[in-house]
Amino acid sequence: MAHNDGDDVHAHAHLHHQPQDLPQVLVIRPPLSFSNFQSQYSHKFQFLKAWESPLPLDQFLTTHANSVQAMLSTVSYPVTACVHCLLPSLRLIVTPSAGLNHIDLDECRSRGIRVANAGNLNSEDVADVAVGLLIDLLRKISAADRYVRQGLWASTGDYPLGSKLGGKRVGIVGLGSIGLEVAKRLEAFGCIILYNSRKEKPFVSYPFYSNVVELAANSDALVICCELNDQTRHMINKEVMLALGKKGVLINVGRGVILDEKVMVWCLVQGEIGGAGLDVFENEPDVPKELFALDNVVLSPHQASLTSESSKALCELLVANLEASFSNKPLISPVMND
Amino acid sequence: MESIDVLMLCPMISYLEQELQSRYNVLKLWTAQEKSQFIKDHSATIRAIVGDGGHGADAEMIEALPRLEILSSNSVGVDKIDLEKCREKGIRVTYTPDVLTDEVADLAIGLILAVLRRLCESDRYVRSGKWKKGDFKLTTKFTGKTVGIIGLGRIGMAIAKRAEAFNCPICYYSRTEKPDTKYKYYPSVLELASNCQILVVACSLTAETRHIVNREVMNALGPKGVLINIGRGPHVDEPELVSALVEGRLGGAGLDVYEHEPEVPEELFGLENVVLLPHVGTATVETRKAMADLVVGNLEAHFSNKPLLTPLV
Repeated sequence: MAHNDGDDVHAHAHLHHQPQDLPQVLVIRPPLSFSNFQSQYSHKFQFLKAWESPLPLDQFLTTHANSVQAMLSTVSYPVTACVHCLLPSLRLIVTPSAGLNHIDLDECRSRGIRVANAGNLNSEDVADVAVGLLIDLLRKISAADRYVRQGLWASTGDYPLGSKLGGKRVGIVGLGSIGLEVAKRLEAFGCIILYNSRKEKPFVSYPFYSNVVELAANSDALVICCELNDQTRHMINKEVMLALGKKGVLINVGRGVILDEKVMVWCLVQGEIGGAGLDVFENEPDVPKELFALDNVVLSPHQASLTSESSKALCELLVANLEASFSNKPLISPVMND
Repeated sequence: MESIDVLMLCPMISYLEQELQSRYNVLKLWTAQEKSQFIKDHSATIRAIVGDGGHGADAEMIEALPRLEILSSNSVGVDKIDLEKCREKGIRVTYTPDVLTDEVADLAIGLILAVLRRLCESDRYVRSGKWKKGDFKLTTKFTGKTVGIIGLGRIGMAIAKRAEAFNCPICYYSRTEKPDTKYKYYPSVLELASNCQILVVACSLTAETRHIVNREVMNALGPKGVLINIGRGPHVDEPELVSALVEGRLGGAGLDVYEHEPEVPEELFGLENVVLLPHVGTATVETRKAMADLVVGNLEAHFSNKPLLTPLV
């Protein structure tokens, strides 16, 4: 029977590394596509799956994860100080997201725990969705698609006119990896790019606004690409939205909590802002039902970073970080605390 | 000054109707009980026609209007106008190029993103409450995919420029290879479809380009390929498109145009891998106004013996 080298290596790995010999990785809640990830890498790691156990989490951790050195963390379960207390041997947290708001970085720093995230791997996908949501909103793509599928084009006539993208002033909130990709794409459509960021970026020619309200007042569309932290929580508030104005539109591919969601819903219902394209919400998967009645919103279930292509690359990145950590090598995509 | 009779073929935005009515005596064909009688009744005085992408003048109508001097089309597509007949009779034809190029190109990219990233399906997923029961699925990345464009005219070039900002390699098919572009040329649509992941129809509709996207082309594009049509419905063999999508031989489609608008094949309504738009390529307030200004501007130029702004014939 013919084998190839890959088969032999895999067979040997299976023979020589029983699950209990493999380095352990704690997973409290599964990330999307975890079963694929698990089956692909079960010969490299022993996954301790807390959600499958009947034990409450703290007991599970004390009983089974006491000596675990690595954790795969996802946004669905924040790694708080309490969790850290139950994991005295933890040295590494890897997360499949770029966002880090679910990890207590100060606690990690003080305990000497290294953190690795998705780096810039998802930036293109997120930027693509940000642009897609903006075009959808202005040109009424999802709304018009609904109209056609209901048979209304034939019975009722043409759909109401949309608004031109070219020439619009787009204010990007957060000019990091994602914000820069959004800017680059929208420039090709003839948009005028403006931005707000923690600090002005020295090698960027777009006009900088140190104040988000001023940015909103000078923009036709605001695209939120920044991370969630103490400064950005509810940063997009009533003042910002009123400055954006009745014809202004809001796109959020950052985190739901960056927007004051209650205020945004009120602004949309009252017509104080012109529309919104949202991939994230304050309390996912709950979405304010007032939005369902509106044709000038486009809703997306936090999928901006989730493509098959990125998912594959992300698995490889997570594994590379885990392996680097277990062999005391530098991490591939470490989070630098600045 | 005597009032000039202008035959308007179909309803258009009220701004255009008002601009025409303030200058000319507008005869609204769609209000007539019997259209050919209406034309007969006014044949001695009609000196201009205003049409659009879906309503033009065939040989019969042109022959019926001996005083016709100019046809000003509120569109860039002129497949509904018998251009040869106009040339023969010395009738001028104007259209609305350039002012709508960006608009249509924007929509093409919007359709690509909507199909690949399942934006309309996502929106339905949230609105129907399905998100509460489980995560949405993985979708297909757009950045870096190869985009093949049929027709590298103004609109085709504008689409290419935008797709390049998404790091997409660009290839194209055109009647003749364009010497001053860096994009890869394929001498047939079939070869183009075999070498790209997203195929965009951006050429004009002529006898040669009717059904330019046929069964063979769709099979070559394949189960992971996506077809985007912002040209004209007859560019694509529509029954073949429906079966290719239903059978999974074609991965997805974003359509703004159809063979028999406003009819859309109902089999498509049940598919999640298509996005269906009601011919909105130029449908923004800004662009429709710019187009209207050109329509009126061309008529004004003609009737004051000045050079036409955007003549085709």
